[in-house]
Amino acid sequence: MQYESPRFLDQGEAALVVEFGDAVDAGINARVLALDRALQRDAPPGVRETTPTYRSLLVHYEPLQISRGDLVAWIESVIARSAGDEAIPDGARWTLPCCYDPAIAEDIREAASLLNMTPGELAARHAGADYRAYMYGFAPGWCYLGGLPPALAIPRRLTPRGPTPENAVLIGGGLSLVATNSMPTGWYVVGRTPEWLFSLTREPPFLVSPGDVVRFAPVDATTFAALEARAAKGEIVARCESCE
Amino acid sequence: MTARLLVRAAGPGVTVQDAGRFGQSRYGVTPAGPMDARAFAAATQAVYAQAAIEVSLGGAVFEAEGASLCIAVAGGAFDMKLDGAQLPSACVLGLAPGARLSIRAGACGAWCYVAVGARLDLAPALGSLSTHARSGLGPKPLAAGDALRLADPAPPPPETLRLHAPWLTGGDAPIRVMLGPQDDYFPPDSIETLLSAQWRVGARSDRMAYALEGPRLIHTRGHDIVSDGAAMGAIQVPGTGAPFVLMADRQPTGGYPKIATVIGADLGRLAQLRPGEELRFRAVDWAEAVAARAALQKEMAAGALLAPLAAGLSTEALLAANLIGGVVNAKE
Repeated sequence: MQYESPRFLDQGEAALVVEFGDAVDAGINARVLALDRALQRDAPPGVRETTPTYRSLLVHYEPLQISRGDLVAWIESVIARSAGDEAIPDGARWTLPCCYDPAIAEDIREAASLLNMTPGELAARHAGADYRAYMYGFAPGWCYLGGLPPALAIPRRLTPRGPTPENAVLIGGGLSLVATNSMPTGWYVVGRTPEWLFSLTREPPFLVSPGDVVRFAPVDATTFAALEARAAKGEIVARCESCE
Repeated sequence: MTARLLVRAAGPGVTVQDAGRFGQSRYGVTPAGPMDARAFAAATQAVYAQAAIEVSLGGAVFEAEGASLCIAVAGGAFDMKLDGAQLPSACVLGLAPGARLSIRAGACGAWCYVAVGARLDLAPALGSLSTHARSGLGPKPLAAGDALRLADPAPPPPETLRLHAPWLTGGDAPIRVMLGPQDDYFPPDSIETLLSAQWRVGARSDRMAYALEGPRLIHTRGHDIVSDGAAMGAIQVPGTGAPFVLMADRQPTGGYPKIATVIGADLGRLAQLRPGEELRFRAVDWAEAVAARAALQKEMAAGALLAPLAAGLSTEALLAANLIGGVVNAKE
């Protein structure tokens, strides 16, 4: 549910939660990201860092520089200025190559069978949607994506599977996820991208920002291997429209 | 010969930390940084260092190579020895090549900081030298046989100096918290329990989180929330009802309700508690938390005092030390 006006909740004296709703929802997330963009462009002195998540923005601040009252007033004025404007802020549009070949997409057969479709149908539906980068979490470069077609909504596993391959594309709990590094997870690996959403050896280290739009372009295993080799040398193999 | 700090022994959890890896929580990056920022500041300010080695209860042994080093140590009441001779647990010392500084858990305290008057010749990751072992950012945790290359080492002090940082006084006053952000997920009884119970730091406590042992806390609205951002000090309560406090290596977001959050001024004191030690919480409001923050910052800005060991710790001796210029200016 989206609240009529945001809730301001303290997380200690130096972090303020600005909560817009209590669900994973495109409209709620759009309001989070709009405030985040506004604070990224122009934050009052004392604001140190913002962490956007599905339904709230965590604002880290130095209370000896800006009081809670002044911070809340500043945020309320930003929200008031954008009142009625429900448009999602413009982000970059990314196309990530993605290989759905069951030899590489370790769990696609299992997930497809749970969804009563073929792996090919699952891949076509997954690659046919526009996603929004809702938030990062869990580990660096773990990018949670809204916009998964409802037909692909699948509960997370009851017990986690073993570590994912690098740059895994996953589904679980009504969302999609690109997971850069290898970790155990309760989600299903339905593809892999040759791109690194996070790489320490490349500038910039992170490609996709919260609020950006992401699409997946299916590639076969041969193309995947070739792109992966190029990405390993530091080349950006994802395409970006409207990148600055 | 290049100056190096050799690690001769290191227990688990000995890591390099600077102030932390900030500004990138939006990409899932954990800030890391020191568990006890007060003690980190005392050690690093004394020798104008940007980073320090954080030593856990497992202890560590260091040796200088290629130059005599100026080293500051501060933190819990650790057992410090320079070639077998006892040192105060907070001091500035010279470490000559071949001499050994050995650090072991002492009377109390869980973390201590070893700052070298030099630049650590390490490549920052995402702008920071802090180790976050779980995501592989920053230097690997230190182990016996490691050597840290040092640039521009400062000369050692003529004698060992006691480091007196007034803000490091511990005390067992309750750890102050502000309720929320999800205190409305709990019935009044559970809030009352949080604030009245005697809690014990659990054995499964580390840089990521401190487990709290004590009564179970009951949720009224379920134990899953839609993930939101997590600050250091947030007290999360998972389905088991056993709370844990998120510390420096926490994930930047979390999906359990946070009943309360430890205030900034008391985070270092909490961090210095060992598994098995007990604590209580006390609720304060925003204004009191900020007043405590301001008081701590004021003390730290005034700087630590350095005094010869022979001078002892009397006020007169410290004032005399002050007069002879043994003052470290925190602002520099």
